[in-house]
Amino acid sequence: MNAMPATIYIILIPLLPLLGFLIFGLFGKKYFKTSSGLVSIILISLSFLLALYTAYTYFFILGRTDGVYQAIKPIQLTWLSFTQALSIDMGILLDPISVMMLLVVTGVSLMVHIFSLSYMKGEERFPIYYAFLGLFTFSMLGLVLSSNIFQIYMFWELVGVSSFLLIGYYYDRPSAVAAAKKAFIVTRFADLGFLIGILVLSYHAQTLDFQTLIQRLATPGTVQFSSAVGSGFLGISALTWGLSLVFMGGAGKSAMMPLHIWLPDAMEGPTPVSALIHAATMVVAGVFLVARLFPVYSISAPIVLRMIAFIGVFTSLFAAIIACTQTDIKRVLAYSTMSQIGFMMFALGVSGYSGEDGLGYAASQFHLFTHALFKALLFLGAGVVIHYVHSNEMKDMGGLRKQLPVTHITFLIACLAISGIPPFAGFFSKEEILMAAHEHEPLVYWLAILTSGLTAFYMFRLYFGIFWSKPFRNEHAHGHEGTFPLLAPLVILSIGAVGAGFIPFGHFVSADGRILEMPLHVGFSVLPVSVGVAGILIAFWLYQTKNDRPDRIASAWKGLYRSAYHKFYFDELYMAVTKGILFPLVGKPAAWFDRNIVDGAVNASASLTQGVSDRIKGMQSGRVQPYAVYFLIGVLLLSFFLLYIWIR
Amino acid sequence: MEPGLYHLLFISTALFFIGVFGFLTRRNLITMLMSIELILNSVCLNFVAFNKYVWPGELDGVFFTVFIIAIAAAEAAVAIAIIINLYRSHRSIDVEVAGELKG
Repeated sequence: MNAMPATIYIILIPLLPLLGFLIFGLFGKKYFKTSSGLVSIILISLSFLLALYTAYTYFFILGRTDGVYQAIKPIQLTWLSFTQALSIDMGILLDPISVMMLLVVTGVSLMVHIFSLSYMKGEERFPIYYAFLGLFTFSMLGLVLSSNIFQIYMFWELVGVSSFLLIGYYYDRPSAVAAAKKAFIVTRFADLGFLIGILVLSYHAQTLDFQTLIQRLATPGTVQFSSAVGSGFLGISALTWGLSLVFMGGAGKSAMMPLHIWLPDAMEGPTPVSALIHAATMVVAGVFLVARLFPVYSISAPIVLRMIAFIGVFTSLFAAIIACTQTDIKRVLAYSTMSQIGFMMFALGVSGYSGEDGLGYAASQFHLFTHALFKALLFLGAGVVIHYVHSNEMKDMGGLRKQLPVTHITFLIACLAISGIPPFAGFFSKEEILMAAHEHEPLVYWLAILTSGLTAFYMFRLYFGIFWSKPFRNEHAHGHEGTFPLLAPLVILSIGAVGAGFIPFGHFVSADGRILEMPLHVGFSVLPVSVGVAGILIAFWLYQTKNDRPDRIASAWKGLYRSAYHKFYFDELYMAVTKGILFPLVGKPAAWFDRNIVDGAVNASASLTQGVSDRIKGMQSGRVQPYAVYFLIGVLLLSFFLLYIWIR
Repeated sequence: MEPGLYHLLFISTALFFIGVFGFLTRRNLITMLMSIELILNSVCLNFVAFNKYVWPGELDGVFFTVFIIAIAAAEAAVAIAIIINLYRSHRSIDVEVAGELKG
């Protein structure tokens, strides 16, 4: 770790969006009614350029020593120091994953900023929208750059707040308000686990700093390691508890089962926001967190990693099944996001730490990178479609390929990418994930193959449903596809979705920092690709033209279809638990206690004060002579008292 | 009979309570001011009496009395100024009228 003052400019990358937030939050309504979009785009493009420069400097000039990528800390400030050893710092940590995330966040954010210029045009609270986008970008960049676990927690919550604000942007819609609250409460509940996990880990490691913590807890034999393994609760060591609880926080943000219920509802926000927050950046924060602490997971608690693998793959399959039945296009995309994050999670879960074993880790980060590109593209494409037909429902769409040619082509590219068809980006990253799973966990591998077939199916169901199916008829739709700001991000992102797969990703990001050659075996790829193609063909057969086959299949598999359509009754289950158990058994007694005991004590003290003052307020007459009498009585009593003491 | 300390203390105590009685019962501010002067004078008498009979060699009590007279003069000046102002504004020097100044 070598300090380099020359890299101090990195702090500007998060601060520029924050500046935008402050300016538009304070003065937006008055001075930036229409110009806030352009100013924001300038700020975020500066951030993006700086991030590009940082990535270039890190990956090609400064980062590598003896063939291994080192973590660099350009900035480290002591912020709250409690004792000599314990302080909460603010710092910036550059390592391969944080630099990669810098690029993803600033890049997707820039695209979304440009897209919103046209999409959100004429909104009443246009500057506020850009202010919130700036706040989100700042928090997300702060999160990926955090150098200690407490700092990441603060930015983690800030990200949650800005997600809340943006989901609830249309605050006059009750459904948006409910969705915002749901997202906030569910992730906050998960963050409780995260906080306890942080406390457990940092208590045993006696530090908050990531590098020191990893070094202490991932080296069997250190004092801290034996303390964390030695003490336990319910027969499970403190280290395992801490890591599981930290993963709980990550699962909440990344919408892993059973904490996923907020993500589909979060689609109530504006579509570009869904592209930025609920597809490309914030929801992968959980993956990032596990990757950040990966050495500890991998070396000290392989059991937690196995749990992560299974939660990831089950979430992935579960979300894919639900996605096949949804009719709101944004919800289909939301479930596909859940499914793809499940892929990233189980890739981490099946990964080892060093050398060839670390394939899963690199593949997970690779998939995070490519997924950000093609999923942002899908959401922005869906945004154009929604903008055009003024509806989210698939039944209002169909036959749009003539009306929306650019969107059609870019959407097709993204669908091919997410389905894992070569040579698009998703193929490469998914292939590596499947390979890692194949080597370590056959069960996970087979479930993942099934999921990728389903992925191809529901993505092409969406594609055919929007662009083919039936001739387009809609009197609300207006003339042209969209303006330059609406289409340019689509084209740029689709170039990424085609080309990103050719990046030799293992050369840049790997678990141990060494160069990892990512193998591609043609023989291995045959099965996943043919499953994907089969999914596409089934979707083609069912949805390319309007026919009654989908309905017949749905009625043949009525039970499965109904329960998948109702998202396997997870929301109902949560409602039953909260309404049936939590409210009557915890909420009502707590409310009674609050209303009667707490409020009662406060009211009693108030009425006591009032009663006493009612009695004695007559003394305050404003007349001199009664005052003199009180004074005299007081002096006499005092003198008698002193005399009594003196005589005794 | 030669007057002694006890006679003087009796006079000063009587003077003090006459003053207190006057202060509490009279409504006229001038009379109340005079009552305060009586109380002050009873204190002065105490100082001088103790000085003479208990520590004849010292002068502390006498000096204290001189101070009290000086301060009483200043105080009387201030009090009379207040009373005059009250009279100007209310055309009365009844102490009950001064109650309107509260608030």
